[in-house]
Amino acid sequence: MATESTVPPTPAALASGSGSAPAHEIPGLHVPSRSVRGELRAIRAVWRRELIRFSRDRLRILTSLVQPFLFLFVLGTGLSTLVSSSTHGVSFRTFIYPGVLCMAVMFTAMFSAASIVWDREFGFLREMMVAPVRRSSIVLGKCFGGATVAGFQGVIVMAIGPLVGVHYTLGLALEIFALQLLLAFSITAFGMMAAARVTQMQSFMALMQMAMMPMFFLSGALFPVNKLPAWLGVLNRIDPLTYAVDPMRRAVFAHLDIAPLARRALDPGVTWWGWHVPGLLEAAVVAILGLVMLAVAIAEFSSVE
Amino acid sequence: MDEPAISVTGLAKSYGEIEAVCGIDFEVARGETFGFLGPNGAGKSTTINMLCTLARPTSGSARVAGFDVVAERDRVRRNIGLVFQDTTLDNYLTAEQNLRLHAELYGMPRETIAPRMKTVQEMLQLWERRDSLVGTFSGGMKRRLEIARGLLHSPRVLFLDEPTIGLDPQTRSSIWSYISSLGREQDITIFLTTHYMDEAEYCDRIAIIDRGKIVVLDTPEALKASVGKDRVQIHTDDDEATIAALRERFGIEARMAEGVVTFGVAEGEQFVPRLFDEWDPAHPPIRSVSVARPSLDDVFMSYTGSTIRDAEAGSTDMMRNMARMMSR
Ligand SMILES: Nc1ncnc2c1ncn2[C@@H]1O[C@H](COP(=O)(O)OP(=O)(O)OP(=O)(O)O)[C@@H](O)[C@H]1O
Ligand SMILES: [Mg+2]
Repeated sequence: MATESTVPPTPAALASGSGSAPAHEIPGLHVPSRSVRGELRAIRAVWRRELIRFSRDRLRILTSLVQPFLFLFVLGTGLSTLVSSSTHGVSFRTFIYPGVLCMAVMFTAMFSAASIVWDREFGFLREMMVAPVRRSSIVLGKCFGGATVAGFQGVIVMAIGPLVGVHYTLGLALEIFALQLLLAFSITAFGMMAAARVTQMQSFMALMQMAMMPMFFLSGALFPVNKLPAWLGVLNRIDPLTYAVDPMRRAVFAHLDIAPLARRALDPGVTWWGWHVPGLLEAAVVAILGLVMLAVAIAEFSSVE
Repeated sequence: MDEPAISVTGLAKSYGEIEAVCGIDFEVARGETFGFLGPNGAGKSTTINMLCTLARPTSGSARVAGFDVVAERDRVRRNIGLVFQDTTLDNYLTAEQNLRLHAELYGMPRETIAPRMKTVQEMLQLWERRDSLVGTFSGGMKRRLEIARGLLHSPRVLFLDEPTIGLDPQTRSSIWSYISSLGREQDITIFLTTHYMDEAEYCDRIAIIDRGKIVVLDTPEALKASVGKDRVQIHTDDDEATIAALRERFGIEARMAEGVVTFGVAEGEQFVPRLFDEWDPAHPPIRSVSVARPSLDDVFMSYTGSTIRDAEAGSTDMMRNMARMMSR
């Protein structure tokens, strides 16, 4: 972020800064030419706007908690009577917790990205587009803002972990936090990319719904990813969300005191042609996808008039 | 320094089949208040969009504040302030937060932001409401805030796209007093569009634009003088017969404008007695006559062949415009 240090003000800027007699100031001197510092300020300003808007929207914070609660406590509790024989003593709620956390982050990030569609609808996008900064700064600011908001939502869902048998150590908390922030960023980038093309809110929401639901169900959020029928296994490996859920589940299970048999059954890990994909590589997959989509979003917003 | 604030040559923009602006030329001097007057869909907003680098011209070129709008986008953007036709404020931020965001985007030196924000807010009488959410503002206050924001970074050229549309007459006149004082007191060039004739009178010069072309460009006084005719309107029960009678008896080509038989004559007051003397009892009886000095309406009419309201009534954009005004 930009440092707070001040540049030496030009005499003209000082003169007008005194607030007196704007009549004979030299117009145009207030806006310096483009610089890295200027771009960083723009990014931060756009980012901050997202946070201000989010903090005003208490209802949204509350409503977006409903879904994770339903999954964890209603679906999780209901299904655990059915699956208890095959979970080797591990609570089903604990098992689906990483997936539910990912889902909560994913939906919040999607709503954050949708805000750029509103911005266009209500005209504010033009105010940002005509500013003398790079479009990439606007998109980055929006993206960081969305990721921060979704990450904050993720922290709230993280906080209910102890209720479903996930007891954090500092290390685990940091690991989960970093992973969910990464996911938040990538999903926001995905949303921004879509929002560059889809200008209508209804279509945008429909599109997102269409993308999110399969991503969630295919990701292994609700089932272990080994021993799947071939077609489902392939779809699961293609689904980007798989690579967010899996390392998160690995982190959670690493801190559970359970039999190796249970670990192998519930946390088999993602394999590519029999090779176990390391957690770091999985995170890299999410990050790279996010960066690629961000690049596409920037390119698209830079080319529109 | 002697370069004009805006110079435009052969500027054109088409959207597919639609030619929104078809080759216009004009110059605006520094410090001038220049008005674009035209009915809905004439191409006013499209011209502004090109001048402020938001739309790429199909052909032709334009320089604003000395910079080319295509090749030197960024420099143009740093030197202009903009008030769009539709509001572009964030309703969920306070007035001050909106202004601060703008200041940051425009990279204003930090120490100048607070005093300058105070100056513009006081100038537009918004200082008391600086911490209110913009969503709670009236249409007039929003417009003033947008003007304040457009001025915040001390632009050399300020673009105002229909700054007073949808506002009540009182608010309109107060916004106009700010605009005129800006032009007078500060070295700022103002380019504005309007379709209110009375507002065009405030401009130093106006260009009448119709269907993407500049029809005429001059000072309001010169334009009115160029018409040189008074406008006479006659109410009867049979408009067709009246027009025919005027043609046969007086050699005058009258036409319908705003639903009334309308024509221009050099000396309106002297024409009326003659009209009654020579009006045949066989013609439809005259219910009322009105005579008016030339106004910009007449200028518009004499150059485009219709009044601005008629031009708009024929346009489908009318509906859009009404919807916009009602949503304010
Ligand atoms: N993005 C666009 N795509 C297609 N057509 C457009 C676009 N923008 C403007 N037009 C068309 O260009 C023409 C001129 O529009 P413009 O908005 O410049 O008119 P205007 O003079 O500002 O009218 P108004 O008084 O209604 O604001 C109209 O026919 C309009 O339909
Ligand atoms: Mg317009």
